[in-house]
Order: sequence, then structure tokens, then C-alpha cells
Amino acid sequence: MMELLEMEPLRLLIFLGGLIAFAALNAAYLVWLERKVAAHIQCRIGPKEVGPFGLLQPLVDGIKLMSKQLLVPNGVDPYLFKVAPLLVLVPAVMSFVVIPFGENLAARNIDLGLLMIFAFASVNVLGLLLGGWGSGNKYAVISAARAVSQNVAYEIPMLITVISLVMVTHTMNLNEIVKQQEGMFWNWYIFRLTASPLMPVAFLIFFICSLAETNRAPFDLGEAESELIAGYHTEYSGMGFGVFFMGEYANMVIGASLATVLFLGGWQSPFGIGSGWWWFLLKVYALIFCVMWVRWTYPRTTLWGLLNLSWKVLIPISLFNLLLTGATIKVVSYLFGA
Amino acid sequence: MSGYFCELYSGTKSLFVGLGITFRYMLKPVVTLQYPHESLPMSARFRGHIELIGDEETGAPKCVVCGMCQKGCPSNCISLAGEKPEGGKGKVLTSYILDFTKCSLCGQCVESCKFGAIRFSKDYNLAGPRKEAYIFDLLKRLEEKGR
Amino acid sequence: MNEPDCNPNQETFVINLGPQHPATHGVLRVKLTMDGEYIVHAEPVLGYIHRMHEKMGENRTWAQFLPNTARLDYLGALSYNHGYVQVVERAAGIEVPERAEYIRVITVELNRIASHLLWYGAFVLDLGGFTPLLYAFDDREHVLDLLESVTGARLTFCYFRFGGVYNDIDEPFITGTRAFIKRLRSRLPDYHNLVTKNIIMIKRLKEVGPISAEMCRRYGATGPVLRGSGVCYDVRKNEPYSVYPELDFDIPVYSECDSMARYMVRMDEIDQCLRIIEQALDKLPDGPVMAEKAPKIIKPPVGDYYGAVEAARGTFGIRVVSDGTNTPYRMKLRSPTFSNLSLFGEASRGMLLADALALMGSLDLVIPEIDR
Repeated sequence: MMELLEMEPLRLLIFLGGLIAFAALNAAYLVWLERKVAAHIQCRIGPKEVGPFGLLQPLVDGIKLMSKQLLVPNGVDPYLFKVAPLLVLVPAVMSFVVIPFGENLAARNIDLGLLMIFAFASVNVLGLLLGGWGSGNKYAVISAARAVSQNVAYEIPMLITVISLVMVTHTMNLNEIVKQQEGMFWNWYIFRLTASPLMPVAFLIFFICSLAETNRAPFDLGEAESELIAGYHTEYSGMGFGVFFMGEYANMVIGASLATVLFLGGWQSPFGIGSGWWWFLLKVYALIFCVMWVRWTYPRTTLWGLLNLSWKVLIPISLFNLLLTGATIKVVSYLFGA
Repeated sequence: MSGYFCELYSGTKSLFVGLGITFRYMLKPVVTLQYPHESLPMSARFRGHIELIGDEETGAPKCVVCGMCQKGCPSNCISLAGEKPEGGKGKVLTSYILDFTKCSLCGQCVESCKFGAIRFSKDYNLAGPRKEAYIFDLLKRLEEKGR
Repeated sequence: MNEPDCNPNQETFVINLGPQHPATHGVLRVKLTMDGEYIVHAEPVLGYIHRMHEKMGENRTWAQFLPNTARLDYLGALSYNHGYVQVVERAAGIEVPERAEYIRVITVELNRIASHLLWYGAFVLDLGGFTPLLYAFDDREHVLDLLESVTGARLTFCYFRFGGVYNDIDEPFITGTRAFIKRLRSRLPDYHNLVTKNIIMIKRLKEVGPISAEMCRRYGATGPVLRGSGVCYDVRKNEPYSVYPELDFDIPVYSECDSMARYMVRMDEIDQCLRIIEQALDKLPDGPVMAEKAPKIIKPPVGDYYGAVEAARGTFGIRVVSDGTNTPYRMKLRSPTFSNLSLFGEASRGMLLADALALMGSLDLVIPEIDR
């Protein structure tokens, strides 16, 4: 196995297949998980008929979506309409390339991994914009405009938070960042108060921003179903909608993975022993559970509320955090020597 | 400025309180009933479509064909007919048709019946592919029930 | 008013909100002229579910119209039953036994709670929160179970009769109602903590969708909409009917005029309904539930009669003209949500789409009642 992984083209194929399968399976089973979480929060059972605990439900849903006609309505821009879902899904899958699932389990261990993820995350919004615009539907256009302004507003605090973290880590290599958090759980960056006393707040900001970036409730203005029917994917049916959906869930996994890598120690065990990919997945799914928990608790914000939160709360606090981090680094290095 | 921080604090707190409530409800037992697998008994006064009441001994309908239910019905969904047997006294019901497509289950017919000949059924599983499936011949239903 | 006045370049587009749209809860269509996300002009278009209830009333005997009253506002059917029965009783001079009146009040208030609970869930759903809807429905099911055990129906109740009620209530109903009061009281704090105090909710409702008392008066808005604008008007207090004068309850009034005020009025009303039911159960007298002298065939003397009740959504007025025969000569139903919806066009001007939908949700519309 190890020799196989050394051979470059084969390694590429294995990881490509693995990542796409991971993204697709995640999308399918996160839908199941979401339905189960929602059901239990609402004192219901959720899917239970197809397979044990409804575990085959995602499979059946997938077959249904795939067997439906790819309908391109009259009056849409056919090229943009077809390209948009892919523009949402492909960057999300691409981002998986640099995520370190385990110590040696990353498709590509590149030095600018963090930067690459943010670069691809920005393409995602283009997909929403084109999908909304290409649909030629008024609700979809409103939704596309909302999605863009939302993404622009939330990338800033997210990036500022990440910059303050990079000031501490001195690297953008995700695997390196994880390795720096070795040992007991207080070595994780979320608890590294010596680096910046506001680290837990920084994590919270990062979490909120990743909710907004992935258009999840309470920031799901893009597809606000009680206002805009289904937003940018109003006109999509069958697998066009399915790909949008997969993209949304893949983005959710990326957001949770990134938060895990940056703040929660990635594949490191909280007790210093037994580290491995299982810890990574555990942390990622715990975060995803929180995302779902949030979704089924809160009402939706408005565009104003969202921008207010970003510009009046998150950006000032993250800027302050940036300053504080810089000051703390200087003070610590002055006191204890470089 | 202090208002800003107060709002920030109380707002964040309210969000966490909300999360706490949904988490508590998540651990509570399920309240729904898995319908096709389980079902509840209908309440005693449940108003389904009407049915004829048969005489306890003979099984023949108690109806004396006075036509009060027909007159009382706001939607004209009852049509009944009877004939006078030779030698006997009073009419005998020969057909009692309920057009359930028009019925709004108001109960005027049951109330107007002075002879206790009709009542509400507990039948609620009513699904049919055609409109004709809802033209009920109540006399036939009573006979089937008696058998 | 078709000229968009806050958009000098006339760059507007028209959106049809409905007749099938998740936020309109039925077949209401609102023609929105939009400037981006701002509403320049909103025009409600009605008539998609018009069933001629008034005309039907003129073609049926007095008693035959009873089931129709349950199909106007199917969420608060008993109040409409009550309004109709009451005006005909007054016209025909029928005395109602006291026990029947108490039973009427208990069931009407239970129905009001069910209606407000459904509104609460649907309103939060309009704002994008899904879970409170199912908590509210859980409680509402208990009310419906109680009402089913006495009326035999779960939604389109037809329970009141000229001169009383159809069935007497029994002991299981009384104990069940008391248990429900306890249960709802223990759950209401959760509702408030989950939704009312939530910062997102406050931001969306506070100072959004102002409806002034003056505007309410112009359009004839009543019910929680009017009480959320600081006017204390409730038919139960202002023109007391039934046994309401003997019961002690408050009319919640908020003077902020915003969506939050209307929300709070309804939430407080649930509390007050519980109080009313509790007192009515305590005071429930023995006796018949149907007037002994109630005639079988109603033929009110020639005249023009009007009666009003406080339904869950506002003042439900009913005017009947009798020519002395067994069918009404004219029947006019004054439905509260029709007036409440009329002000939407003016109130929503210049608002964001999301806020306007919050405003529409806070009006608590039931479309079959608007169209009749």
C-alpha cells in the first residue's frame, strides 16, 4: 500500500477517487444525520422506514434525484445554468486536497494549504451567483445578490481571524499547524491563551463566519425558503439540485475540517496518546452536529442583521484580536527571550 | 458604548439559552405516533360519515323513512326512499344513499332524527380512486355489517 | 397609488408573491412592485378561494348555515360558531342556559389557544425557525384532542346550537383541560426563552413593520393588530357578551406598534385564555346545556340584527336581516383578517421583503376567512 502511494499518478488517482467518494458519501449521510438531528430536537424519530434506522434513505434519495430528468426551463441561460452547480461542488472537493485527515493522510501537503482553501472557497460564491443569474428567475436573482454580499461581508472577519492565527503558527501548512498542537488538549490553539487571551472568541468568530460562508442557518438568506422559495436553486430539479446540495454539505465539511485543524488540534488526540484520523473525524462530526443544532434552533437573520453583525461586531472584535495577538507575541518574546 | 457591550452580552446569552432548550428537548422522549404501524382509538364522539342503526333483534334498519335527515341536511347529500308494504303499517326503507363528496359532517341529520336510526361511524380510513367510491349505500353497508 | 414614489428612475420589477408561496399560508397573492429588495408597492389580490358563504347563508335555513361558520376561519372555528349562534338567538329571543354559556366560553378559549399556538409556530416558521412550530403543534394537539372529545371534530367544529350546545362536557374533559393548563404553563417559559428573548428574533421584530393606531382605525383593523398599536379594544370587554363579564381577565395591550408588539399581544393572550378557562371551570354551574324552549324551526321576527364576537384574529361581526321566513334575507359577515390584510399595502411600503413578510406573518392571516 505504501509503495503504491509513492507512485505519483496512481497516488493521484487513489486520492481523487477517495476524495470524491468521501465528499459524496458525506453529503448523502449528512442529509440523513441532519434529518435525524432535526427530528430528535423536535421530539420526532425522523427517517426510519428504508433500512435499519432509515440508513438506506440517502441511497434511495440519490437514486431518485439521479433518475429524474435534467430539466432546463425555457428562458434560462443554458450554459450558466448547467455550469453553476459544478462551480459550487468542484471547489469544495478541491479543497479536500490539502486537508490533513491524519499525520500522513493528505492528498497534497503543500505549504500554502490554508491560502488554497480560501482561494477555492471564493469560487463557491461565483457558482451561486451564476446559478441565480442564469435561472432568469426573480427570486433566484435576489438570492444571488444576497449570497454575494453575504460572502463578501464574512470573508473579512474570517480572514482577519486566520491572519492572527497564522501570526502565531508562522506557517500556512495545515499539517504543520496540527503538529504544533501536539500533546494534551490545552495545547490546542483554542485554549492557547498565551498566544492571545481571545483565542476562544476567535474560534467562535471563525465558526460563525464559516456558518455564513456555507449559507447555513441562521444565515441561509440565499435560500430563505419562506421569502425566496428556494433561492438560487429555485429552478433546479433532479441532479442539478442534487449537486448544489452536495456542494453545500461538502462546504460544511470543509468549514468544520478547517476549524478542527486550526483550533481543535486536527488529528491530535486530546490526551496526547492514540492520535490518528479517527480523532479528526470525531471532531469534524461534532462540529457538524453543532452546525445542525444551531440551524434547528434559531430563526433566520435578515440581510441587514447579517451585515450589522459582520461590520459592527465580528470585524471590530477580530481586528482587536489581531492587535492583541501581535502585542502578546511581542510581550512574550520580550519577557522570555526570542 | 456600554449599551453595545450589554447587547452583545445579552444577545450571546440568549443564543446559548436557546441552544440549551433545543438540547433538552432532544433528550426528551419522542411524542409522535408512527401512524400506519400504530394508531389511536377514535374518541367516543368522533364524527365520521353517518351509518344506519339496525334493530338489535331483526337487524332491519330502525329508519321509518320520515325524511327529516334529508330536509335537515344543508348540502343535500342524503337521498332515501321507502315503500309501504301491503298490509303492514309504516314505511320500510328501500334505499339510503349518502353522497359523502358533499357531506361536511355537521351532524344535522343525526340531530334531526327522532327515531335514533342514524349515528356517526368511526370510519376514518377513507381513500378511493374515484368519486363514485364516496357515494355510500348505507342500507347495503348495514346488511354487510349484520352478516 | 401605482406610481412608485421612492424610486425616481422607475427601475422596478414586479414579483408575484403567491398564490402559491411558502409565506402566504394559503392562496393569497400579493403583487409586489420591488426596487431591489425594497417594496415600492404591494397589492393583495384576493378571490382565489371565494366560496360565497354569504350567498349560501341566504339559501339555507338558519340552522343549516351553522357548519358554514366553521369553514370561514378554520383555525378558530368556535368563535365564528359563537358569533352566528348568538346573533340568531338574540333575533329569535332564545334564552341560553348558564351552563351552556360557560361551556361555550371554555371551548372558545381553548380554540383561541389552539389558534394562537398555530400562529406562533407559523410565524416563527416565516422567520426561518422551524423547531418552535413542532413544539407548538405538540401542545395544539392536546387542545384538539380535548375539543374532539366534546365536539367530535378536530378542526371544523360545529358545536353550538341555537339555545345551547350540542353535547354536555364530561369529567374527563374537565380533568384533561386542567392538566393541559398546567402543561402549557410549564412550557410557555420555554417558548419565550427559545423565541421571544432570542436576539435574532428581537432584531427582526423590534421597530419593524409599524402600524399606527390611526392606520388601524382607517382600515378597520381589529384584534391583536389593533391592540399591538396601543388601542385597548376587545369585544369581550367593550361590548361584553356571554359570561365574559363574570370572569376576571386582562386585555394585553402594547403601544410599540411594531411586529414585536403584535407578537407579544398574542403570547400574553394565551396566558389570559388559560386564566379564563380556569375560572370558567371553577364557576361551571350545573343544569341543562340546551334551552328547553328552543324551537326546532327558527323563524326570527322581521328585523335587522348585528352581533359581534372577539375571534382569535379580531372582531368577527355578523349582520343578518330576517324577513320572518325560515331562511335569512341577507347575511353579511365582517371578517377581521380582511380588514387586517387591507392595511398591508400601505404598511409595507418601503420595507425590505424579509421584513414585509414578518409583518404579514404578524397580521395572522387565514385566507379562507378573507375570501369567505
